[in-house]
Amino acid sequence: MLKIDCKDKHFSEIGKTIRESKDKEIVIDNCLGHRYIASGVGGKDIVINGTPGNALGSYLDGCKIVVNGSAQDAVGDTMNDGIIIIHGNSGDATGYAMRGGKIFIKGDAGYRAGIHMKAYKDKFPVLVIGGKAGSFLGEYQAGGIILVLGVNTDSKTNVGYFTGNGMHGGKIILRSDELPDLPPQIISRKANAEDLQEIEKYVQEYCSYFGGEPKDIMEKSFYVLTADSANPYKQLYTSL
Amino acid sequence: MPKEGEVRIPSGCAISGIFSKSGKLTNGEKIISSIATMHDRSNGLGGGFAGYGIYPQYADFYAFHIFYDDNEIRKEAENFLYKNFFIVNMSMIPIRKTKKISDEPLILRYFVKPLDARLHETNLEEKEFVARMVIKVNTTIKGAYIFSSGKNMGIFKAVGFPEDVGEYYRLEEYDAYCWTAHGRYPTNTPGWWGGAHPFGMLDYSVVHNGEISSYDANRRYIEMFGYKCTLMTDTEVIAYVIDYLCRRKGLKMEEAAQVIAAPFWTTIEKKPPEERALAEYLRNTFSSLLITGPFSIMVGFENGLMALNDRLKLRSMVVGEKDDMVYIASEECAIRVIEPNLDRIWAPRGGEPVIVTLDKKEDK
Amino acid sequence: MAINYIYPVYEVVRNASRCVNCKICEKQCANGVHKFDAKNGIMIADESKCVNCHRCVATCPTRALKIVKSDNTYRENANWSAESMKEIYKQAESGGVLLSSMGNPQPLPVYWDKIVINAAQVTNPSVDPLREPMETTVFLGSKPDEIVRDKDGKIVDNMTSQLKLSTPIMFSAMSYGSISYNAHASLAKAAEKLGIFYNTGEGGLHEDFYRYGKNTIVQVASGRFGVYKDYLEAGACIEIKVGQGAKPGIGGHLPGTKIVGDISKTRMIPVGSDAISPAPHHDIYSIEDLRQLVYSLKEATGYKKPIAVKVGAVHNVSAVASGIARSGADIIVIDGFRGGTGATPTRIRDNVGIPIELALASVDKRLRDEGIRGNVSLVVGGSIRNSADVIKAIALGADACYIATAALMAMGCHLCRSCHLGKCNWGIATQVPELVQRLDPEEGCDRLVNLVNAWTHEIKEMMGGMGINSIEALKGNRLMLRGVGLNEKELEILGIKHAGE
Repeated sequence: MLKIDCKDKHFSEIGKTIRESKDKEIVIDNCLGHRYIASGVGGKDIVINGTPGNALGSYLDGCKIVVNGSAQDAVGDTMNDGIIIIHGNSGDATGYAMRGGKIFIKGDAGYRAGIHMKAYKDKFPVLVIGGKAGSFLGEYQAGGIILVLGVNTDSKTNVGYFTGNGMHGGKIILRSDELPDLPPQIISRKANAEDLQEIEKYVQEYCSYFGGEPKDIMEKSFYVLTADSANPYKQLYTSL
Repeated sequence: MPKEGEVRIPSGCAISGIFSKSGKLTNGEKIISSIATMHDRSNGLGGGFAGYGIYPQYADFYAFHIFYDDNEIRKEAENFLYKNFFIVNMSMIPIRKTKKISDEPLILRYFVKPLDARLHETNLEEKEFVARMVIKVNTTIKGAYIFSSGKNMGIFKAVGFPEDVGEYYRLEEYDAYCWTAHGRYPTNTPGWWGGAHPFGMLDYSVVHNGEISSYDANRRYIEMFGYKCTLMTDTEVIAYVIDYLCRRKGLKMEEAAQVIAAPFWTTIEKKPPEERALAEYLRNTFSSLLITGPFSIMVGFENGLMALNDRLKLRSMVVGEKDDMVYIASEECAIRVIEPNLDRIWAPRGGEPVIVTLDKKEDK
Repeated sequence: MAINYIYPVYEVVRNASRCVNCKICEKQCANGVHKFDAKNGIMIADESKCVNCHRCVATCPTRALKIVKSDNTYRENANWSAESMKEIYKQAESGGVLLSSMGNPQPLPVYWDKIVINAAQVTNPSVDPLREPMETTVFLGSKPDEIVRDKDGKIVDNMTSQLKLSTPIMFSAMSYGSISYNAHASLAKAAEKLGIFYNTGEGGLHEDFYRYGKNTIVQVASGRFGVYKDYLEAGACIEIKVGQGAKPGIGGHLPGTKIVGDISKTRMIPVGSDAISPAPHHDIYSIEDLRQLVYSLKEATGYKKPIAVKVGAVHNVSAVASGIARSGADIIVIDGFRGGTGATPTRIRDNVGIPIELALASVDKRLRDEGIRGNVSLVVGGSIRNSADVIKAIALGADACYIATAALMAMGCHLCRSCHLGKCNWGIATQVPELVQRLDPEEGCDRLVNLVNAWTHEIKEMMGGMGINSIEALKGNRLMLRGVGLNEKELEILGIKHAGE
């Protein structure tokens, strides 16, 4: 196991150490705003103690990253594979354009979480937000699943404004009693038995990382949001 | 007519240089007769000389040679100098009146050192401070022009044929281990004396023959680093390029030569790996300082002299050796006239610098 | 109905005495203009479908066809052109945003045509490029700030990764999807042969083309299509696309109908799903965020590749460029307002952005004023039409030029500006297999190689004329340029003198 102490180190040094390390297991201590950790990296188990900087796990290609703390902006940007588990909150544009892998956040996510998430063949991105999400959740979403659990929140919908703007694929699932205002192309429905089965799988995984009883979480009602067309802008154009 | 600096004036030229590796001092008579031999390469619109080792009594002071249009400007410039420098000696530069040199400005000489307080205040290294002050005077005080600013060296130049300029400045009264000379052939009247060669920056002095085609590419690059090309001459930009590469970037003179007359890529590719890597590195790093078009230059510097032709060798240049003396000139006749019995004479290849330096003394 | 009728702009003129009813035109026209009228035994044409792509004209074996501008006219009106009127009718009918393709066709000034080039006479010699060495090699990438020496005094190689171009011309970004597989294959092969680079655009990189990686610039745009580790590793350089000259401030949108087969696979999105590139990168809302994307890409690829940032030429482009130079980017790409596109709202294409000549001049000056021009390379595109444009761009301060429209024409494009219809008869801007196969990648490659070689030769001729034998000495050498018929302000911005000065 490789231990990296971030104190007084520049991100480029940490990045180089991770890229060049033969160790599969890496523990990063005293992390404080160090950006781009594990950018483009695959095949490692990384534990981060502290607050990693922006673009944690960008282009990630199959690692397990556990953050004991909160993460900042653009976690898992264009992530292809792997899993990121955050024992805290996560910043804006979490999971931007992620194509595969999973991100689990114990607490809240910022604005534009899951923006432009997309799925392809065996690649299916999963973003689970334990608390609440900011506005523009799932903007331009084209695939994958975003699950907002709203555990221990006082919010009614657990999301901000403009959820699913421009969404044209994938699913957003909200655990709440009420639906937020939605754009016209979004279809919402209560989760059916099949949905609940899928949801429970992720809820169990969530509880396995962060504790809590799946049963307690599953008790509340879930809404499933999908787009009514994969071509939301087809009617917009004309030409001479 | 616009003055030099307000218009770009292409010019052809003759150059000549004398260097004693043992540090033997000679007065200015020989260099005058050398450059005079190439009279027809000049057209009477500019001539000049640089001598190294001429001010041993003030060797630790920067010797400023300054042209002033009139006494009012002189006062203004001197006020500026007082605020920034300790002036140990100031005088008119002695001249000999001749009919062949006219329209002369006021020509003064100052031996100066930067004030400690100003160095602290500006937080600049001494040479950088001096360089900036020189550029400041030349760009902001209209009618004042510092045309020589090195230590233990001096530039003497005027509008006229070089041999007349030498006589005018009484060069026989100065003793130097290195002399360079220049006769100019500008394509129109420069109007004032600043445009004559050599062009100096601190200890560096440059004489140059040819018109470079890369001028504006070089100028616009070098001006990023605080230089101001006020004369719009090739020589000025070459001097700044040398100062930038050698003093500010710490390149050796032969490395600087590899930048300004970089080998062709095809030549670089044929070099052994280590040399090739260095050549590629230098050419790529300083690509905007590659000088194209015809040139032969001589760069005087502290304890040394470098001569360099463009890489196509579009200008003539020969080098002669006799004992400890090295002679460099546009034409062989200019060497033979002062040293008929040479040990060796050759024409260096394009882009290959000839660098001569003082023999190391035991005690140094 | 009648109110919606728009009279065709072009007439298909068929010389009956030459036509042999071979029906080649019918087969060649994907728009269905030509048809054989069996009853009368003649070929007929429906001009309303014609886009004037010249495929039928060029393939007609008896030269029986020509396309001419219709002289049908509305009542003349200097203010309301026929074009403006038709656009009104079209929008009133459909409620749609007008869509166009390729570059801005409006008669706005082309500054290249008002700039002339110098030549040496007497005071220094011109150089003969046929016999003397003439160098066009260019390295793109930032250069080291300091010369570092080891303990033996040797210079340490602290150069960052560079792109080496045999000539200062590259093929600009065009995505697989906006153009065909065969068009991409032509560009990739030609780039390899020429020792230059082509650019994937934002549609990912087809698996067949990974082998051209060392001559490939991979693009990362806001939609991140096809972007993953192997893709980033595949190219020699990564270009972050912020904007495009034809549509600065506008995202991209490849309709789901074009997301078929390999396009879907290369973009890594499901068949039939719209490929939407949002207008901004949603992780870049401010200049410091750009630094974040630049460095995340550098980290992801171990600092082995230069990072380029491409922006459209807009009003404050020099401030933008200065910000990019300070973001850690190695190459700045500026795309002028005449640059092409596979589809963009007409109003944006024709009204947004500024000419590349002015943008380039002001960016180069700004970077020099700030003393940071050496930290980055500058590449410009947006309707570089010939080798003289390249020379002028470099003398204004560019390191290299991007060409795309010219490259498309080399492959057969006739600038009918109908790419957005997806039925390109020349096999370029289409995904219809029978159309795509009309472009032979070998031939496409050869023609691209010919074009760039011809331009390079012309560049050498012009350099030689100026007495310059290395392209570095031309870069930013504005004294080699003069303006003709430009006003004081234009000359000031271009940083050149008027001819005769």
